[in-house]
Amino acid sequence: MTTYKAPLREYRFLLQELFDVGELAKLPGYEDATPDVFEQVLEEGAKLCEEVLFPLNRSGDEEGCTFENGVVRTPKGFKEAYDLFRQGGWTALVCDPEYGGQGLPHTLQFLVEEMVSSANMSFGMYPGLSNGAYRAIWHHGSAAQKRKFLPRLVDGSWSGTMCLTEPQCGTDLGQIRTRAEPAGTDGVYKITGTKIFISAGEHDLTDNIVHLVLARIVGGPPGIRGISLFIVPKFLVKDDGGLGPRNGVRCGSIEHKMGIKASATCVINFEEAEGYLLGEAHKGMRAMFTMMNAARLGVGLQGLALGETAYQTARQYAQDRLQGRALAGDKFPDKPADPIIVHPDVRRMLLTMKAYTEGARALAAWVSLALDRAERDPDPAAREEADDFIGLMTPIIKAMLTDNAFAATNLGVQIFGGHGYIREWGMEQLVRDSRITMLYEGANGIQALDLVGRKMPMHNGRLLRRFFHPVDAWLRQRLEKPELQEFVMPVMKAFGRLQQVTALVAQKGMADPDEAGAAASEYLRAFGLVAMGYLWARIAEIALGRLGGDEALFYKGKLATARFYMARVLPETNTLFVNIAAGAKSLMELEAEAF
Amino acid sequence: MKILVPVKRVVDYNVKVRVKTDGTGVETAGVKMSMNPFDEIAVEEAVRLKEKGIATEIVAVSLGVAQCAETIRTALAMGADRGILVETDAELQPLAVAKLLAAIAKTEQPGLIILGKQAIDDDMSATGQMLAALLGWPQGTFASKVAIEGETITVTREVDGGLETVALALPAVVTTDLRLNEPRYASLPNIMKARKKPIVTMSPAELGVDPAPRLTVVSVAEPPKRKAGAKVASVAELVAKLRNEAKVI
Repeated sequence: MTTYKAPLREYRFLLQELFDVGELAKLPGYEDATPDVFEQVLEEGAKLCEEVLFPLNRSGDEEGCTFENGVVRTPKGFKEAYDLFRQGGWTALVCDPEYGGQGLPHTLQFLVEEMVSSANMSFGMYPGLSNGAYRAIWHHGSAAQKRKFLPRLVDGSWSGTMCLTEPQCGTDLGQIRTRAEPAGTDGVYKITGTKIFISAGEHDLTDNIVHLVLARIVGGPPGIRGISLFIVPKFLVKDDGGLGPRNGVRCGSIEHKMGIKASATCVINFEEAEGYLLGEAHKGMRAMFTMMNAARLGVGLQGLALGETAYQTARQYAQDRLQGRALAGDKFPDKPADPIIVHPDVRRMLLTMKAYTEGARALAAWVSLALDRAERDPDPAAREEADDFIGLMTPIIKAMLTDNAFAATNLGVQIFGGHGYIREWGMEQLVRDSRITMLYEGANGIQALDLVGRKMPMHNGRLLRRFFHPVDAWLRQRLEKPELQEFVMPVMKAFGRLQQVTALVAQKGMADPDEAGAAASEYLRAFGLVAMGYLWARIAEIALGRLGGDEALFYKGKLATARFYMARVLPETNTLFVNIAAGAKSLMELEAEAF
Repeated sequence: MKILVPVKRVVDYNVKVRVKTDGTGVETAGVKMSMNPFDEIAVEEAVRLKEKGIATEIVAVSLGVAQCAETIRTALAMGADRGILVETDAELQPLAVAKLLAAIAKTEQPGLIILGKQAIDDDMSATGQMLAALLGWPQGTFASKVAIEGETITVTREVDGGLETVALALPAVVTTDLRLNEPRYASLPNIMKARKKPIVTMSPAELGVDPAPRLTVVSVAEPPKRKAGAKVASVAELVAKLRNEAKVI
């Protein structure tokens, strides 16, 4: 069995020590979101995740979803758990109070999402997708659409999906064939086509499912500029809010997957299904991106969440498993053998997991605080700054956190040896579950292209400056502090080289797009490692001042991990910078036929 | 009917407690604290009685350091209506707690006081009994089932030999056992609503009680480590060892 206890002490460290979550309560609408509310909500959420969702993780994986005659059943216990989750108001956390939501900050939602995914990532898919649908309708829907769909999405009695992918198109949505024909009434269309890979597309958890579907209005412009977004409910909704007849939406089958087996991944067939245009005609991609940006951050959180569960379980095992003796002589002579945590190589793996997971969490919290400012700060300049920062960091969070999650869950298996490979301990499930995070919501290579091709040049590099300027200022202010040199110097050096390769990639990419493409993935990783290095330096600064107190062990852990990061994680950037400078030539010279 | 529910802030049941190096108690610095699980059951039972229309108001009381307010908030989020915090940094022992609760009961005049049969930190299992004695009220301890009809509460008690059912005249003191109910998870809206429910803070002096400890802790030590077992070669050897060494047969 894996082990999971919500890392509440870590959350308090982020919210009250590394960042100041108290600032959020000063934003209009967040008056109730005081630090003690954060604590209480997280504690209560932790109970539900540990006691209800976590025990269903392994059984959900073993049992999977089943499909029979168009009906999809989630594994045993999921329906009861979902009812508890929804009755507890957890689907409403971040939603607009006007539609029954609690109006709490994204920063809190992020941490709750992390706990849910650590406990049971498959389960988290269902409310996660609903929240995406909620956001799209909230941003782009008409008043009538909001009244009709939002309250039920908020209270969780209905769920949502996002239907983008078709058999012939995933990344390239301009090829969408699902078509929408005007049905006579303004804004109403008949939707026909097949969508695949639809998470939560069909299941037995809710009374209705609200599909958000990308389709082409017949006669509209070709390519991506002719795509519109539609609301297509599984059951039609009557004017009084009650459920009407079944719409022309059917689940054709479910996928048999490597991981997240308790999350139903569906083929959804639309046959003249009634759909309602959401937002403007032919501007569907814009509306869809409202969902996708949030979803990309959410996927990054899933990665971090699985890394946490893997770390907690591996830590326990490394402390308990008695096997062999420490290389330098017995550490626990009274025991039949030493626990494997005495070995440098086991420590290397555990510290890598710890550095990745806690660094990732700090990065995610930094971005989530910006999300709250972008939405609520009364100062337009502050909103713009926060929005730029989120735009820049979204592909990095999505790609680096999920790459690291796969590495961390694999290290978890490695620490367990053969016991990691058999199913009993649950470590192999974490690897399988984490693998999807590198793929969906835009494969990590696409994230890298988004960073290099879109975010980097946007507004003449203004987004980049939202990161470079504050980091530069922070590092410079600490150049004279001898106790911080071991942290500030390596970050400063990597940060300087990141700025150099940024200029190089921008310049070479301008002349030859393949040059930008060739550098993209490694550039994204280098950027992410530097950003995490900066945060580890900040963490070290706090920990240094608190080593003498009651919680010396906690802060020693932070400091040692920061040192490990500087000595053994950040240097990866050296290789990345060399690779980036090597350019596209070695990738592109071989003709396709010669592979 | 008003119900008074005392709730104690204790080291969380998930925490592996460590004895302080000086042997004066267990380490609580930097340790996760939460509501005594038996008290959670008491809150749940009170809330159920309110939902059934039997209780009209639930008052959660906690005694101790300022952070006990968080424990009261948890009770408020589960459904209690208001809180009373008796704030003191003094070490509180069952007799002092019982006296303080008795003083509160005299002003609040509840029809029922329901609390955990013991707290998981010191496992004293004394407060409820002392409280009933101080008030001169009947007591139904270790309850696994309660039913209220008119002025009578019927309490099914878990005793060594099985179950014992007693009928008590209200007002009464009931202490809860594990099987009485399964406490609910506080919902997000109720957590938010609980923020706005009132908590009154008072001191032991205001209640006219001197909380000074009457018992002295001599020392606190970890239980002895389990020794490794031994293998025996035959049943005869086992029997011999049980008879001659362990002297159990």
